[in-house]
Amino acid sequence: MTEYASVPGVVETRLAHGETTIVVDPARLVEACLWLRDHHGFNVLSDLAAADYLGWGEQGVAGYIGTATGRDLNRPGSQGLARLPDPKPKRFSVSYHLLRVSDEPARLRLQLWLDDGEPVASLIDVWPAADWFEREAWDMLGIRFEGHQNLVRILMPEDWEGHPLRKDYPLGGEPVRFSDED
Amino acid sequence: MSVLPSTRIYEGTRIPSPVPTILEIDPEKHRLEDILRVNFGPNHPSTHGVLRLIVDLDGETVAGIRAVIGYLHTGFEKNMESKSWWKSVTYAPRIDYVSFQANELVYVMAIEKLLEIEVPRRAVWARMALAELTRVHSHLVWLGTAALELGAISLFWYCFDDRDQILDLFEMVGGTRMHTRYFQVGGLAEDLPPGFTAEARKFCDSMPKSVDEYEAILDRNAIWLERTKGIGLLSADDALALGQSGPMLRASGVDWDLRRNMPYLAYDEVDFHVPVYPHGDVYDRYKVHMDEMRESVRIVRQCLERIDETEGEPWIVDDRKIVLPPRHELHTSMESLIHHFKIVTEGFTVPEGEVYVAIESPRGEAGCYLVSDGGARPWRVKFRAPSFAALQATATIVQGVLIADLIAAAGSLDPVMGDADR
Repeated sequence: MTEYASVPGVVETRLAHGETTIVVDPARLVEACLWLRDHHGFNVLSDLAAADYLGWGEQGVAGYIGTATGRDLNRPGSQGLARLPDPKPKRFSVSYHLLRVSDEPARLRLQLWLDDGEPVASLIDVWPAADWFEREAWDMLGIRFEGHQNLVRILMPEDWEGHPLRKDYPLGGEPVRFSDED
Repeated sequence: MSVLPSTRIYEGTRIPSPVPTILEIDPEKHRLEDILRVNFGPNHPSTHGVLRLIVDLDGETVAGIRAVIGYLHTGFEKNMESKSWWKSVTYAPRIDYVSFQANELVYVMAIEKLLEIEVPRRAVWARMALAELTRVHSHLVWLGTAALELGAISLFWYCFDDRDQILDLFEMVGGTRMHTRYFQVGGLAEDLPPGFTAEARKFCDSMPKSVDEYEAILDRNAIWLERTKGIGLLSADDALALGQSGPMLRASGVDWDLRRNMPYLAYDEVDFHVPVYPHGDVYDRYKVHMDEMRESVRIVRQCLERIDETEGEPWIVDDRKIVLPPRHELHTSMESLIHHFKIVTEGFTVPEGEVYVAIESPRGEAGCYLVSDGGARPWRVKFRAPSFAALQATATIVQGVLIADLIAAAGSLDPVMGDADR
């Protein structure tokens, strides 16, 4: 745990399920990554996972699902949570899963928090593998990576509107042809 | 490896710049008026599914390339967010439809990590045996199609014959040939059927001979050698920088296998060898695949012994809040009926938290990042797709090759488009 205390811009370090997560200040991301690559030997960016926490914990605790207008009969109380989850600092999280390919293998999750529209630096210059992963995070969740010279949609069609993995994007939100015509 | 601080590129890298996945035409090497832009795919028989390559050709030489993916995007991750943990297991194998059990395994393992439950030994060995059979299955499909693309038609039929024997084994355990949903949170959906180990042993006896035969067919074929040796070069440093994994990495001389370096299941208790080849060309990737099939059969044999030893032991954890009660209890026990009803309708809840679990799938590191808010449905599911990462190397490995070799090079990445696009 303490071995990552000297990483630039570290805000928080936590250990859960045997996995180490360090949360960094988005402004110092590139600095932190270069440090981790060059001093800790994390030579592979194995994954980049962004997540949207809009509505996190709003489902309520079991037994308290009733709203001001009364209990929703279509949502039985047992579907609520056993306890409210811990609040998150901002709406979006971006988690970089780093891997050390060497005789002393290790994994590390580097995490940062962003508000809607808040940009973060691209990591292409640190790990070229970030290229498509960043495009995917842009396409699916609308995270903007500054310095990426080809930040265009990758999985959805080029002219798609919205970012499907956002929590306010409805399931089945695909426009169907002729649906707006009489 | 000598990484210069604060710069991306070390000495001798071939990764294009500024965008690592796009090979721009070099005006010093090619006259721009000679360039012909060819749209290769997405519907082309030799692109392994719906991969689209936009190729800039100077004569027959590839001068520029960019890969376009997303034609098989089906929104698995979004769909899984709206299904209970219990039901979303069905989605995982369909993502990578050639190594289905591997995806199912990584998803189930990630849920188990959040739940902090330990799987019974019998289930661990059965999972390993099936995961390795999946590896052989996937490599056979790769070998058959990769050889087919270079004109070796007969090998395709041989490979698919062996593949069918594996699918028969899957059918025996899970009832369906593909996408068995046999791995359940906590263990297996049912115990292995009687006679499974005997049938699997028959396969283990015949498979190594088949691999020898296929290798003999290809290794003595001048066309195969000419078209694979020295094609699609990727150095070890470039492979790591581009996030490659699995056979791609091992064919580039990086001695790395998650099964051995970061063991999961019971891979630290079996004896196997990790093949590594130094040249980073298509031929070495083919050799890695061949050796891995032999090693996988060896692992399966060891697992079958343990499966026989654990005969009669439980194959799923005894936790009625997570696992369906045995069928026969439903007719006699009210509590079992309630538990069954609750799990099927509402699903079980998973404690709040986030995990990333990675396994060595046939294509490399298959990872699963899960976030739970403590409810009955996943908050976020993200799959780290090895095909997605492998395709990022396209622009690096095809520099200066001929258009015909582009097929061999792209095929050697072993991409499954369902996996890349999810």
